[in-house]
Amino acid sequence: MVFIFGGDIVHIPDGYLGPQTYGTMFGIMVPLWIKASRVLNKTLKMSQVPLIALGAAFSFVIMMFNVPIPGGTTGHAVGGVILSILIGPWATLLVITIVLVIQALIFGDGGLTALGANCFNMGFVLPFVGYYTYRLISGNSPINSKRRIIAAGIGGYVGLNIAALFAGIELGLQPIISHTDKGVPLYSPYPLSITVPAMLGEHLMLFGWVEAIVTMAAFAYLLRTNFIKEWEYA
Amino acid sequence: MHRLWKVIILLVILSPLGIIIPYLVKAGSAWGEWGPDEIKELVGYIPAGLERLSSLGKPLLPDYNLKGWEEKPITYQSIGYVISGLIGVGLVAGIAFLIGRILSRR
Repeated sequence: MVFIFGGDIVHIPDGYLGPQTYGTMFGIMVPLWIKASRVLNKTLKMSQVPLIALGAAFSFVIMMFNVPIPGGTTGHAVGGVILSILIGPWATLLVITIVLVIQALIFGDGGLTALGANCFNMGFVLPFVGYYTYRLISGNSPINSKRRIIAAGIGGYVGLNIAALFAGIELGLQPIISHTDKGVPLYSPYPLSITVPAMLGEHLMLFGWVEAIVTMAAFAYLLRTNFIKEWEYA
Repeated sequence: MHRLWKVIILLVILSPLGIIIPYLVKAGSAWGEWGPDEIKELVGYIPAGLERLSSLGKPLLPDYNLKGWEEKPITYQSIGYVISGLIGVGLVAGIAFLIGRILSRR
């Protein structure tokens, strides 16, 4: 296993994706952002707004906990699945978008041009794949059952790994799409055969587990403390 | 709900673990950003488009640290990290709250 990336490349920086790719990713995200706004406009209650703000704060701070592979790279949880269980996947899409915009603008974490791609991977793929995995596994089990906690963990693991797979594909397509006349890559230089195993490898091995543990711990904590009265999306 | 905000603040205070532990085990740069120089070390050249785009952003607090504190010891960086965390948490929560208020009608 080769760790080629010097950090969590799920936050793709500026310069790694060419205009064809980052443009396409914005093109995919615009209708998703509109859809999310419409869904929230119909379903969001005033009383749920503080929970949305709390979810944004949680996602931001949990991403600050970089977990290292010794001598290698670092990665972190996103919190996309626990947020979806709390506020639904469409609200989660908007919340993670806000977090990624602030990270890119203020902290230089993730590129401005790559915002569409990063929002797609972490704001759409992760919560939706993870949330519906959780729903599928938890079935009709009671809210405070062990099965639901485990389902949430599996959701987090699967969701983050599929998100990482997409990031790997987006990066790996660059040398094919964008190169000079002589075939020298203009953006991310590594082919799919490197980016996909590298991205998937580190997430399957470590970062997916981090997301799973964060998801299960947060879910168990919220159930035990009984702060959340309505589990509308659980 | 107030208790949950206290948990968030506690997490912000603990967040420097997210740079200290990677530092101790000598993991690579913690924020997923290779500068063009690092890319050159890895593949032998700087892809032209990458070099052009990579300097696009002008972040206020690059790498969750105060400007000019990049070379300071990890203790200073930890303080910068907590300050960044407080600012970031405040910003995202505030914006999410505003957008939530605009979208919610009941």
